[in-house]
Amino acid sequence: MATQHSVLLAADKLTCIREDRLLFDQLSFDVNTGDIIQVEGANGTGKTSLLRILAGLSQPYDGKVLYKAENIHHCQEDYNSDLIFLGHLPGVKGEMTSEENLQFYLKLHGLDHSLAEQTLAEVNLFGFEDALASHLSAGQHRRIALARLWQSNSKIWILDEPFTAIDKAGVEKLEQLFLRHAKNGGAVILTTHQDLSIHSNDFKKIILEHQFI
Amino acid sequence: MQTSYSSAFVNILKRDLTIALRHRDDIINPLLFFIIVVSLFPLGIGPVSNTLMKIAPGVIWVAALLATLLSLERLFKNDHSDGSLEQLLLSPCPTFILVLAKIFAHWLITGLPLIIIAPLLGVLLNLHQDSYTALMLTLLLGTPVLSLLGAIGVALTVGLKKGGVLLSLLVLPLYIPVLIFATSAIDAASMNLPYNGQLAIIAAIFFGSLTLAPFAVGSALKVSTN
Repeated sequence: MATQHSVLLAADKLTCIREDRLLFDQLSFDVNTGDIIQVEGANGTGKTSLLRILAGLSQPYDGKVLYKAENIHHCQEDYNSDLIFLGHLPGVKGEMTSEENLQFYLKLHGLDHSLAEQTLAEVNLFGFEDALASHLSAGQHRRIALARLWQSNSKIWILDEPFTAIDKAGVEKLEQLFLRHAKNGGAVILTTHQDLSIHSNDFKKIILEHQFI
Repeated sequence: MQTSYSSAFVNILKRDLTIALRHRDDIINPLLFFIIVVSLFPLGIGPVSNTLMKIAPGVIWVAALLATLLSLERLFKNDHSDGSLEQLLLSPCPTFILVLAKIFAHWLITGLPLIIIAPLLGVLLNLHQDSYTALMLTLLLGTPVLSLLGAIGVALTVGLKKGGVLLSLLVLPLYIPVLIFATSAIDAASMNLPYNGQLAIIAAIFFGSLTLAPFAVGSALKVSTN
């Protein structure tokens, strides 16, 4: 690939303990430009905890996450403007229409919100722009949240179960988007229990296992 | 591209106001509560105008405290349960700005209606005619303090399943100074005494909490979403 590989995000000896259980210990890895990383593991092995630590929402028990060689908690505004994190909850407001929801997030990230309607068409929500989100299904909520990815100029995407409640065609479209993002010098870190249809050379895996002490 | 702070502020403010206007009970319930609590006093104590006149400032202010308390949970609870709070915390704009925007929206939705309706309730309680200006001024300076200090309590309890009672235990003691100085200002006004001193103290509390509370709220939210 022509893109130059450089470290976007580095996990440095992360240790996470939840409810007196050790989830992972001294976990270190680099996220380079062009990486698609799938975090794999059984339920309760700390996938979500790892992603939340990487996003800066949770504090690790020990270790740190580095963005441009600086601790993410020291350069939060910089880091946040280069980050999209989508968690289990879509963060969609039922009282607002799908277009207003998307516009809000685009504006919040300083992006062009006039493209919201067009972007919703990308995620098969054409015709639902003016529908209140409370009248839409769980899958459609997730699509509203994911629509942001089409407009984003953030390099780091951290996605927790992005394919939940998304139909097959939608999953395929997202995978293509991830590949394009990686090619353009971005990085995607995601968890999913589905097998990715992306060629295995194009993505890496981090496998978390239950720890027994 | 960095969002400018003022556009981020306006964006969040607009969103919260839109939600409140489409979900009207958020605005109407605390206001009705305020009106009903205040109107219970003439019914319970009897229409002896002197007694009512004496307790009017306290009654209006205590009812305003409780009405604000009732409305506080909405400030972050819904955002927390649908995941928007995480998104807000991870936005490129500083937490200070977004917290301030949310608190300002909360004040517009609950504090402002209370201020508008308060003179009518003053009539109901036979408030001394010289006290109306003082009542309005103390409410104007005091209700933002209620929203600001209350936000700290909500931010701390937002992660808990049943934080309601804990919230009132945390927040009500913090409201005591405002209550004391506000009612004493209104009393002083009824006796035609100057009440600048009390107002100045409430103003000091207001500016103090305006500058410091958003930081406390931001840190508390980070702890709550951890």
